Amino acid sequence: MKTFTYTIRDEVGIHARPAGMLVNKAKEFECAVTVHKDGRSADAKKLFSLMGLGVKCGDSIQVEADGTDEDAAIAALSEFFEANL
Amino acid sequence: MRSFSGKGVCGGIAIGRISVLRHSDAKVTRVKITDTEAELERFENARKQAIDELCRLYEKAIPEVGEAGAQIFDIHRMMLEDDDYRESVRSMIERQQINAEYATALTADNFEAMFGAMEDSYMQARAADVRDISNRLIRVLSGVSETEQLAGGKLIICADDLAPSETVALDKSRVLAFVTANGSANSHTAILARSMNIPAVIGLGEAFLASVRDGETAIVNGQTGEVIVSPDEAATDEAKKKLADDMAARQLLEDLRGKKNITRDGTQIQIYANIGSVENIGAVLLNDAGGIGLFRSEFIYLESRDFPSEEEQFAIYKRVLESMADKKVIIRTLDIGADKQAGYFGLEKEENPALGLRAIRICLTRPEIFITQLRALYRASVYGNLGIMFPMITSVTETARVLEYCHEVRQTLIAENIPVSDSVELGIMIETPAAAVISDRLAPMVDFFSVGTNDLIQYTLACDRQNQRLEEFCDTHHEAVLRLIEYAAKSAHSHGKWIGICGELAADLTLTETFLKMGIDELSVSPPYVLKLRDTVRKTDLRS
Repeated sequence: MKTFTYTIRDEVGIHARPAGMLVNKAKEFECAVTVHKDGRSADAKKLFSLMGLGVKCGDSIQVEADGTDEDAAIAALSEFFEANL
Repeated sequence: MRSFSGKGVCGGIAIGRISVLRHSDAKVTRVKITDTEAELERFENARKQAIDELCRLYEKAIPEVGEAGAQIFDIHRMMLEDDDYRESVRSMIERQQINAEYATALTADNFEAMFGAMEDSYMQARAADVRDISNRLIRVLSGVSETEQLAGGKLIICADDLAPSETVALDKSRVLAFVTANGSANSHTAILARSMNIPAVIGLGEAFLASVRDGETAIVNGQTGEVIVSPDEAATDEAKKKLADDMAARQLLEDLRGKKNITRDGTQIQIYANIGSVENIGAVLLNDAGGIGLFRSEFIYLESRDFPSEEEQFAIYKRVLESMADKKVIIRTLDIGADKQAGYFGLEKEENPALGLRAIRICLTRPEIFITQLRALYRASVYGNLGIMFPMITSVTETARVLEYCHEVRQTLIAENIPVSDSVELGIMIETPAAAVISDRLAPMVDFFSVGTNDLIQYTLACDRQNQRLEEFCDTHHEAVLRLIEYAAKSAHSHGKWIGICGELAADLTLTETFLKMGIDELSVSPPYVLKLRDTVRKTDLRS
């Protein structure tokens, strides 16, 4: 299991568009991808679950990948967050 | 004649007949089913069909509203593909042995409630998306085909609220305007209407919807938000006149869109737009401006209750730069003081505010404010084609100090491993007679000049621009002002720099030829003037 922490910089947080993009990105990998925020968590491959976390600008989140291709997933996702959120 | 008032979300006038779009919120009834397998299959088939429809809508929407606007349909498709949503419907069908329509409606209620309960107004508005995809599914399940054809002619579409899919599915060549009883500024209807440039008014209230009937005549003013049903002759005549003006303006827009700002003898200039907030970018693009010649960053400060943070500012600058793609965006640093005041700055009251502590003078006396803004600007610089300009410059020393701050901020960011662009243009405003007179000394220091004519006139002619009684003494075409601009242009060009004008005088079409003769390289005006100015430039011949 691999994790990284990220602070959201996008002014509206994980809103519909980036959430959709994140789901697509997470689905490229076999491993389970989970986003944690303040003790709550969401499956990053599920749009509603992810949007339901209500991640806003300035929130600190942990992204966790667990499975065979977790290294690749973490690398790709951290790049995704840097570029989009 | 009945008048209603709502919120205009897309400008323009429409006169025409009303068509009330009643939602086919066909009551979904609960039906006990026995063959759950067959019902599950029916649900899956409907889901696939709905997903196909959304893929087609997405393709249809791209040329109409652009990639960003069309993305909502891609999101809707993903919502329908969402495992939680799908599982919820499936398990209701299986466990409660209910029909797929009813299970979808119940699931929609649950998911809507989830979004409705969220703190943030943006997320609350997403409940409408859940409703939209669920209605689509229910419609497919009930075997109703998608587009209800509108009967006869062009129409003003009235509804309680329009779902984005309905907005796009409508035959646009038949729609004169959108008017809705509900809807928020965050609603897709507002956004889509704007990108399709159809007059739209939202939030007219339930009373409006209850009172209108199909076939009634109405006047919609998308600018003021006024809707008049069954107008009298006077109101109709007035609206027709406005409509004619509108059409003439639109025609001009159509004819000039994509054309160069070039005179008959082949002199080409840039025409950019002046804006004060991110919301105006739509108008910049709509009017085909070549870039943003003045982004008034002080509005970020004026609309805040405390100093806007580096992050807040960065997010705004980034959005402006990204929205403008690689077109030039010139952001003016904080120009506050004098007539623009924000309480939290704690500025002392001055006898002579126009000649007081304002603009760059505040930045140089309170560098922490300046550095925060410069950091945000440089961080955003990698997202587009940024120029930064500094207001109220009077001397070589000030210019040197400003440039030194820029240099320091840039080096600090590089040391922090934060990417910054290496092609940020730095310019100063020529808005004091002092700057114009020593422009030959300032030109080698910067990349460009931008003339702020409002202040330049006020300072040159010693005329307070807020004082209406001074009007007769305030000759905006005064030779002294024009000579100062001409000299600044000469100074800029002799050092290979470019010069623009971003004050109100730039939009004065009686001066366009004069400015072109001076060799002004860029004129920046408020978005609605861009095409009028282009028109004037194209009719000018500098040989005569």
